[in-house]
Amino acid sequence: MKAMNKTSFSVQEIREKLANNNGKEYWQGLEELADTEEFQEFLHQEFPRQAAPLVGSFERRDFLKLLGASLALAGLGACAQPVSPREKIMPYVRTPEEIIPGRPLFFATAITHGGYAEGLLVESHEGRPTKVEGNPDHPASLGATDATTQATVLSLYDPDRSQVITERGQGRSWQDFTTAIATALQGPERGRGLRILTETITSPTLAKQLSDLLERYPEAVWHQYEPLHQDAALEGARLAFGEEIQPSFDLGKADVILSLDGDLLGSGPGKLRYARQFAQRRRVREAGDDMNRLYVLESTPTPTGSLADHRLAAGPAAVAHFAGAVAGRLGLEVPEAGTPDELSGAFLEAVVADLEAHHGSSLVVAGEGQPAVVHALAHAINAKLDNIGTTVTLLEPVEAKPVDHRRSLAELTTAMAAGEVTVLVMLGGNPAYTVPADLDFEAALGKVPLSVHLSPYLDETSSRATWHLPQTHHLESWGDARAFDGTITIMQPLIAPLFGGKSEYEVLAALLGEADKSGYDVIRDYWRERVGGDFDAFWRATVYRGTVPDSAAPSREVSLQAFPVELPDKSNLTLSFRPDPGIGDGRWANNGWLQELPKPFSKLTWDNAALISPATAEELGVRNNDVVTLGV
Amino acid sequence: MPQYFPPNANAFLKWVVWGGTIFMVLLVTALVVFARTSKNQVGVPVPQPVAFPHNLHAGELGLDCRYCHSSVEVSSAASIPPTETCMTCHSQIRVGAPALAAVQASWDSNTPIAWNRVHDLADFVYFNHSAHINNGVGCSQCHGRIDEMAGIWKNEPLTMGWCLECHRDPAKFLRPRSEVFNLAYEPPTNQLELGNKLVEAYHINTEKLPQCSTCHR
Repeated sequence: MKAMNKTSFSVQEIREKLANNNGKEYWQGLEELADTEEFQEFLHQEFPRQAAPLVGSFERRDFLKLLGASLALAGLGACAQPVSPREKIMPYVRTPEEIIPGRPLFFATAITHGGYAEGLLVESHEGRPTKVEGNPDHPASLGATDATTQATVLSLYDPDRSQVITERGQGRSWQDFTTAIATALQGPERGRGLRILTETITSPTLAKQLSDLLERYPEAVWHQYEPLHQDAALEGARLAFGEEIQPSFDLGKADVILSLDGDLLGSGPGKLRYARQFAQRRRVREAGDDMNRLYVLESTPTPTGSLADHRLAAGPAAVAHFAGAVAGRLGLEVPEAGTPDELSGAFLEAVVADLEAHHGSSLVVAGEGQPAVVHALAHAINAKLDNIGTTVTLLEPVEAKPVDHRRSLAELTTAMAAGEVTVLVMLGGNPAYTVPADLDFEAALGKVPLSVHLSPYLDETSSRATWHLPQTHHLESWGDARAFDGTITIMQPLIAPLFGGKSEYEVLAALLGEADKSGYDVIRDYWRERVGGDFDAFWRATVYRGTVPDSAAPSREVSLQAFPVELPDKSNLTLSFRPDPGIGDGRWANNGWLQELPKPFSKLTWDNAALISPATAEELGVRNNDVVTLGV
Repeated sequence: MPQYFPPNANAFLKWVVWGGTIFMVLLVTALVVFARTSKNQVGVPVPQPVAFPHNLHAGELGLDCRYCHSSVEVSSAASIPPTETCMTCHSQIRVGAPALAAVQASWDSNTPIAWNRVHDLADFVYFNHSAHINNGVGCSQCHGRIDEMAGIWKNEPLTMGWCLECHRDPAKFLRPRSEVFNLAYEPPTNQLELGNKLVEAYHINTEKLPQCSTCHR
């Protein structure tokens, strides 16, 4: 769609239009509602039939002439058949078991988003994966997948994926790499100067490999960084309970839900299950069935907000103050329980009354963008309302090492800048692109003599690291990972690596001195040690089913403790960074399907925008398509 | 004002218009005649990398079609057998025969034999073997007397008109399921009566059969 230049409409105009609206009238954008001259012009350019004939273009006669000529020529194509080369049929030499040519097979595996597994059934035609669907037996999927997962099958065949191991841009072999890294790790330093940077790890095998590595090199340090990691949620739980726990929700039991600036049903590791449970409580089949009620406060429109019975648009800081006010009204000790303004005042009364009427069957959820204290407040409110044990379950942490990723990264960057890091191994991620600019990761990376980056694309980090290793796609490698509730999936590949990539399991095995150990052997060896009895029977059944039986995280008994409540200042404008609904933190940027996928509400494709509320826009005097600079 | 056109321009134009029209009419007629009369390679044996004699295997030796084309009853593809199928017998019988050199080579080097496609439908046609086999369309209906062919050729034109002959009125061609793999099957004299019974017995939806989306999905 051609961009509209300078659409000038005032919010005042729109308000008038809306006030004068009688009955149902629909519009697709504010420009259309304002019905400006520019919009009319734009409409004419976009749909010429409704506009005056175009000037200067070629005429109907010329068009028909060309049409006739191309039709006549098109017929010639039919004469070409004998010339075209004869098609070949290539049967197997030995047909693999279970394959019937022309019929697909389905295999259970999983994909990880932010480290957390989503169970999949992948359709395969003669050994080539073609379609991804959810595994109905997996707790985080229940048979569903999200848009990103659906599109990953396109990324598998992406010819832009990196295909060679490089050292400073020169092609190298796996042998070269393992020799180089072994040489660098030799010596009596016990691993001083060795740093590992990973994304969120839930995989039991990777966790074991990393702890083996730290045992072997006691001076080495393992850092984690992922831009979308739920740092605030973990810190909030630490504040509220003094321990590391991860909450999991049961929306099926919740009659009243209060969502504080998050996208409970559209993002996060449990979203598919939560969305299913939520939808079931909206289904009225018999006279006695009742529906749940959803209150949403949010700072940007989300799919969850669109499902709310009562929705209030509020800035992130205002949401935090609202949470404080709710806690205060429910009898919790909140020193400066925020004073809600007029608009949220009535909303607050309704929410508090409804929550109080539903002890044990209500649920308060804080969004990922909210500070730790709001997460802690949500836990406190849930505890006060006796929801813990019914709608909220507190689980032992699913992550192998739940740390604050931003702090972990800051420590690493400081050490790198100080020249303390001699070998840096980065497994996945793209820190040079995703790290906040004030840390200056790039400059620090330049000071590391040997840096290794495993990634599917030759990206910003790869081109600045000394070594780059192509990473396998999730449909190409063996692995294991845990879902939001702790359930483990042993992930099987659907196809051998198309571009000779390596998985993180294989790179860690190389660091441990087993350079040629395959990912398959790494995973099998880990599980063989942990399974009693007939291992092969366990392996076959588990890989087939897609879940390891009884592997969900146990719930933990914890008690609420007092914590300081410091709410953010709400007098300033807040800049809120959100993951892209399609390409996430940018890792799927090369996936055309996800770029073409219109973002919810804004309908943007191939693009991003600074979303500002109409009131703020009016105040600042900015309009659609203005280019703004955001100073923080 | 200068004169742009020579004096004979009008005559020239007339010739071009008439000549062009006549040429187009002749061309279209010729194409239509070609399309209607072309045998579309019917009856022309297609050379293959291995001169597999169907008349020996399916005829003299009496092998069932499904011994090699094993997925014909369950899949859209009848499937060309893997080299392994050949080797089940030819690791014992006629080992080292020159005619089998390509099969042996494929087996030894683990590379598939590249057969030439004989029945090449357009890519926008969805064809399912199992749907036909399980509803009483015999192999020989489309493929002819394979058991008498040394080299395989296309026995029918496989044009859309030819497909529709049966899709418009399947009763004229159907046979009992038990006779599907009988290549020597001859339709009985009361074919229409039998066919109508079979259409009913096999729950064939004759209304849907001739519709576009049945084959063009």
